[in-house]
Amino acid sequence: MKKNLLGVVVLAIILSLCLSSTVFAAEALKVGLVFDIGGKGDKSFNDSASRGLAWAAADFTIKRIELEPGVMADREVNLRTLAGIGYDLIIGVGFLFTDAIVTVADEFPDTKFAIVDGFIPDKPNVVSLLFPEPHGSFLVGIIAGMKAQEDGKDTIGFIGGMDIPLIHGFEAGYIAGVGYVYPECKILSAYAGDTPMAFADPVKGKELALSQYDNGAWVIYHASGLTGAGVFEAAKERKRYVIGVDSNQNFMGFIEETGENFGLTSMLKQVDVAVYLAIKAAVEGTFKGGIEVYGLDRYVTIEGVTYSGVGYAIDKYNEDLVSAEMIAKVDEAKTKILSGEIVVPTEVTK
Amino acid sequence: MKINKKFDYFVILEKITPLIAVIFALLVGAIVIMLIGEDPVFVYKTLFSNAIGNRDGWGNVLFRATPLIFTGLTVAFAFRCGLFNIGGEGQMYIGTFLATWVGFTFTNLPAFILIPLCILTAAAGGALWAAVPGILKAKTGVHEVIVTIMMNWIAASLTFFLVLKFKAPPTEAMIEAGVKQMIPHTSEIAQAARLPRLYSIFKFLNIDFPAYNQVNVSFFIAIGVAILAYYILWKTNLGYEIRAVGYSPLAAEYGGISVAKNIILAMVISGAFAGLVGTNEIMGFKYRWRQELFTGLGFNGIAVALLGKNHPLGVVLAAILFGILNYGGAIVNIYTAGRIPRELIMVLQAVIVIFVVISDEVVKRLIRQRRKIL
Repeated sequence: MKKNLLGVVVLAIILSLCLSSTVFAAEALKVGLVFDIGGKGDKSFNDSASRGLAWAAADFTIKRIELEPGVMADREVNLRTLAGIGYDLIIGVGFLFTDAIVTVADEFPDTKFAIVDGFIPDKPNVVSLLFPEPHGSFLVGIIAGMKAQEDGKDTIGFIGGMDIPLIHGFEAGYIAGVGYVYPECKILSAYAGDTPMAFADPVKGKELALSQYDNGAWVIYHASGLTGAGVFEAAKERKRYVIGVDSNQNFMGFIEETGENFGLTSMLKQVDVAVYLAIKAAVEGTFKGGIEVYGLDRYVTIEGVTYSGVGYAIDKYNEDLVSAEMIAKVDEAKTKILSGEIVVPTEVTK
Repeated sequence: MKINKKFDYFVILEKITPLIAVIFALLVGAIVIMLIGEDPVFVYKTLFSNAIGNRDGWGNVLFRATPLIFTGLTVAFAFRCGLFNIGGEGQMYIGTFLATWVGFTFTNLPAFILIPLCILTAAAGGALWAAVPGILKAKTGVHEVIVTIMMNWIAASLTFFLVLKFKAPPTEAMIEAGVKQMIPHTSEIAQAARLPRLYSIFKFLNIDFPAYNQVNVSFFIAIGVAILAYYILWKTNLGYEIRAVGYSPLAAEYGGISVAKNIILAMVISGAFAGLVGTNEIMGFKYRWRQELFTGLGFNGIAVALLGKNHPLGVVLAAILFGILNYGGAIVNIYTAGRIPRELIMVLQAVIVIFVVISDEVVKRLIRQRRKIL
C-alpha cells in the first residue's frame, strides 16, 4: 500500500521535473476577466461581461484573457497569478470576488482591479461596478403587468436564484413595476435555493416555473442566472411568457418549429457597458478607484446601437409582443425614475 | 485473507490499482487535451511544475488537500464499518458553522483556550450531525445513504438560516452608500481563534515562503487526524469491532460485538472528521462563515477515499494528488489563456475514479481465476 501510493507522488514529481516558461507579449494593456459561478455560456451575466471585453478589444489595443475559477480559493489564485504575470486591469465578475480582490489589491498596488456587483469603496486601485437593478426590473414589471392586463389574466410570477438581498432588489423593483400599471395583479414568488448553486440549477428553475404557470402565472420574470434556462423551457412547454435577465434572452423563448415566441422581454443589466467603460478608463488613463453606478443614464454606443447601464430588450423576437403603448409607459417611468418622481423600492415588503 | 506466496504478483497488482488508474487517467486526459487542440506535454508540464515545482505551489496544493483529507477520512472511516457516509458535506457545514460561532462569540478568551475550543466544537458539530443517521441506521435500519443525503440539504438550509441570524453588521461605508451584504456572512472570528499560516512558521525558521500562501496549521491537524484514524482502526478494540462489523455484521454479532453500538460510534467519529474541515476553511483561511464556502468538498471526499482504498495513508496521498490536480489545473487554465478549461481536471478526477473501480474489479477476478486454476 505504502509503496504504490508513494509511486503516485513519484510519478507526479517526475512529470514536474521539466520546468516550463511562458512568455507573454508586452505593450498593449492587458486585461484579465475572471468569471462568476455559472461561467461563460450562461447567456446572462458572465456572457455580458465577456461581450464588454470583446467590445473593448475591438475599439482599443488590449490583450485579453478570460478565466473560470472553480472553487473559492481559486479566485484568489487566479487574480494573483494574473497580477503576477503583469496584467494591468483585472476584472472579477460577481460579488463573490470581494474578499479575494481586497486581499490581492493590497499585494499589487500598481495593478488595477474592477469588481462587478461587489462593494469595495476604499481602495485606490479597485473600482466597484454597481447597477440599480430595481430600476430595470421596474421597467420590465410594467411590461409584464400590461401584458397580463391586456390578455385578461390576474397573476404573474417571479423566480429568483439564491435567496439574498441582491435578488430581493430585482423582485422588489419588478413587483413595484407591475403595481404601477396593474395594482390588482397577484404575484407569485419563489427562490431556487440557499447556496450559490441556486444560480446554476436549470432543473430546479423549470420545476418552480411549471408550478407558477400551473397556478395561473401569465408572465414569469427570472433573476436566477443559469437556472433561468429551465424557466424558459417551462415557458415554451406551457406556452406562457417569460422575461429574461441580465443579457438579452428574448431568443431563448423562441420555438423554431412553430415560430412562436414567449420571451416577452429581458431586463438588461449591461455588465458589458460597465466592463467596457472600466477598460476604456484604464486605456485612457482616467481609471479611478471607488464606486461607479451604471444606471439608466450611463450610455455606450457600439456599432450604432446605444446601450444603457440598465434597461429592457426589444428585438426581432419580441417586437410583436411589446406594444407601442407599453413602450410609451416604460419611457414615461424612465423619465420619472431619473427625475426622482418615482422611487423604486429595493426591498420586498410583505 | 491468507494467500499463498505464489500469488504475490497479483497481490501487489491489487494494491497498486490506484497508481494504474492515475496513469490511465493521465493518458485519457492527454487524448482529451489533444482533441481540444493543445499540447498534452506542455499542459502536464505546466500543471505539475507549478503545483509541485516550487514552495508556493506546494503550499497551495497542501491547502487544497487539507479539507479533502478530512472528508476523505470521513468516508473511509465509515466505510470500514460497512457504512457509506455521503453526508460529509452536511456534517462539515454544521461543524464549521458552530466553530465559527464559537470563534466570533467568545472573543475575550485567550488563544490557548479558544483554538482548542473551536476545534472541539467543529468536531462535535460534525459528530452530532452524523449521529442522527447512525442512530437511525442502528435502531431502525433506515439506510444511511438516504438519511445522510437528506441531512446535507437540511444542514445547508439550517446554516443559511443561522447566518441570517448572526449576520455581520454593515460597515459605515456600506450604510453610507446604501449597499447591503450580497451573500450574508457572519462577523470574523477573534484573532485568538485563528490558526497561524505556515508562512509564519517558515519565517521563524528562516525559510523563504510567500506570505500570502493560504496553507495553515490545519494541515498538521489533518495529518494528526489521519494518524488517529489509523490508530483507532488498527490498534484499538473499538477499531477491531468496527472493522468486524464492516466485514460481516452477522458474524460480529455472533462473536459478541454490538453492531448497533459500533455503527453509531463509527458514524460519530466519521462525522467529527468532516466537521474539522472548519479548521482549514474558517480558522485558517476565511475567518468568517459565508454560505458559498464549500463547493462539494464533502462529495470529493468520496472520490478521495475510493482512490485511497479507504486507508488513512491512501487518503492523505489521494488528497494531495487531488490538490495537485486542482491547483495545477487552475494554473494551466491561466497559462493557456482559458483554452484548457478547468473542467479538464474534473474529467481527470472522474476517469481516475472509474479506473480505480474497473482495475479493482479486474484484478479481483484475475486472482479468483488464478486460484481456481491452482
